[in-house]
Amino acid sequence: MKQLLTMAVAVGLMGSVPIVAQATPEQDMKEYQAHYHKRFPNVPHDDFINGLYALDPEKRSQWEAIEDFPPYTVAVEEGEKLFNTPFANGKTYASCFKNGGIGIKQDYPYFDTKTGQVKTIELEINECRVKNGEKPLGYQKGDIASISAYMSWTSRGNTINVKIPNDPRALAAYESGKEHYYAKRGQLNMSCADCHVSYPGYYVRANILSPGLGQTSHFPTFRSKWQNMGTLHRRYGGCNRQVRAASFDPQSEEYRNLEYFHTYMSNGLEINGPGSRM
Amino acid sequence: MNSLKRRTFLKGTAAISSVGFALGAGLLTPRMVLAAWPKSAFESKSVDDALTNLAGSADLSTNEQIQIRAPDIAENGNVVPITVETNIANIESISILTEKNASPLTASFVLGAGAEGFVATRMKMGKTSDVIAVVKADGKLHSSRKEVKVTIGGCGG
Amino acid sequence: MANSIRMRANLEGDVTTVRALISHPMETGMMKNKKTGDLIPAHFIQEVVCEHNGNTVLTSLWGPAISTNPYLSFRFSGAKKGDTLKMSWVDNKGESDSAEATVA
Repeated sequence: MKQLLTMAVAVGLMGSVPIVAQATPEQDMKEYQAHYHKRFPNVPHDDFINGLYALDPEKRSQWEAIEDFPPYTVAVEEGEKLFNTPFANGKTYASCFKNGGIGIKQDYPYFDTKTGQVKTIELEINECRVKNGEKPLGYQKGDIASISAYMSWTSRGNTINVKIPNDPRALAAYESGKEHYYAKRGQLNMSCADCHVSYPGYYVRANILSPGLGQTSHFPTFRSKWQNMGTLHRRYGGCNRQVRAASFDPQSEEYRNLEYFHTYMSNGLEINGPGSRM
Repeated sequence: MNSLKRRTFLKGTAAISSVGFALGAGLLTPRMVLAAWPKSAFESKSVDDALTNLAGSADLSTNEQIQIRAPDIAENGNVVPITVETNIANIESISILTEKNASPLTASFVLGAGAEGFVATRMKMGKTSDVIAVVKADGKLHSSRKEVKVTIGGCGG
Repeated sequence: MANSIRMRANLEGDVTTVRALISHPMETGMMKNKKTGDLIPAHFIQEVVCEHNGNTVLTSLWGPAISTNPYLSFRFSGAKKGDTLKMSWVDNKGESDSAEATVA
């Protein structure tokens, strides 16, 4: 019975895939970026990392007033301290990352061919803790956001360079993230792309929808709504719930794959995290 | 440019020798400080009462030498950046009032030796309101106002 | 509340611009605790004093409508590079903190 069911699902899946050559991730990315260039011809490519502030000068000036002494300053300082504080066994986070963890955010997330899954920087922060006998941290805010903020800070100005290796599992992870991004969900029946591909620049009440291009460059982010720092997956959860859909757990396979697709779309832009947003 | 920003930031941070010691060691005691805080002005429910309690008068004269920099539409009413700048001479204080807040008096800055006519902060606004900057100089109250719209909702609010 | 003040002071020409960010909840006393429904008691900074060479350059008197984690910037003349600037705050519960920064 179980076998039958699996077969039925497999057939169903095959049936849903159109028999045309599938676009490669690279073609996807070029098309995705070209969409924003066409939509916002006056916004310089490099400015998309500033999100909605690239689109609206009024809101940009408020944001610049905040960036004059940004609220994530505290998190970067605390994150640096945490990053350099040895675990009980005497090792530090630096021992778990290439280049001692400095200036590496642009390579995340990446596909780990050993474990066959997408690795994000927050996932590896916790893997590092567990490997060294420490308890894992919560994935949405607090210490993990501070450590991640510090790691982004040391990577500022580096170019996002997410790679999709020649491995069917990597491509499957990418496709799963892409599917999440374009799938309608929730009571409002809206996809990520509805807001951030079709309608960036439009108002949702008092807020302007940000362009999808460049969204991952400035996480973790201090949102005035939260009054503290949050990780990208915390934001994903909020987005899902705002269209009245069930959210997934932070660092679930679903969100890691989404981050993989979402960040790959911004390849070539600069890391400017951590960020501040109203 | 970003790496330059990063350096400036780190240098700025390093320059701080944060002391963080509490009252006992310092010259301040809460009693001395609290005596100066104009409770009745901060608790007043109207601009006129607040000014009377704060400055002894609510007699304002509009002065174009006062510039208020604040957004036309606040992105988030909990964090509205505001700057007040003026070149009026002999300033004693710069006060900020938000007309429609339950208690309009938001802040009053008493300028000491060498202070320029410039203050900036971030404030909370419950709803759309005029923001009034009042500059006290040579015993007179000069003022300027600007409307800031506050809308609730969307993804951020 | 140790280390609640981040402050920078930069001299340009004759004028020093001071920027500071203070970690403080700035509770208005009008917000409810989402879980219990109880009002969160007011807890806000009332006074921030900034001193240069023993002279008070600015006294900020605040009500609860200043944003959470307050930001303050002001300008004054008469300082030299290397001078020390001291900032102290006291809130309505009598809690306080102070910090120093060097004019750069």
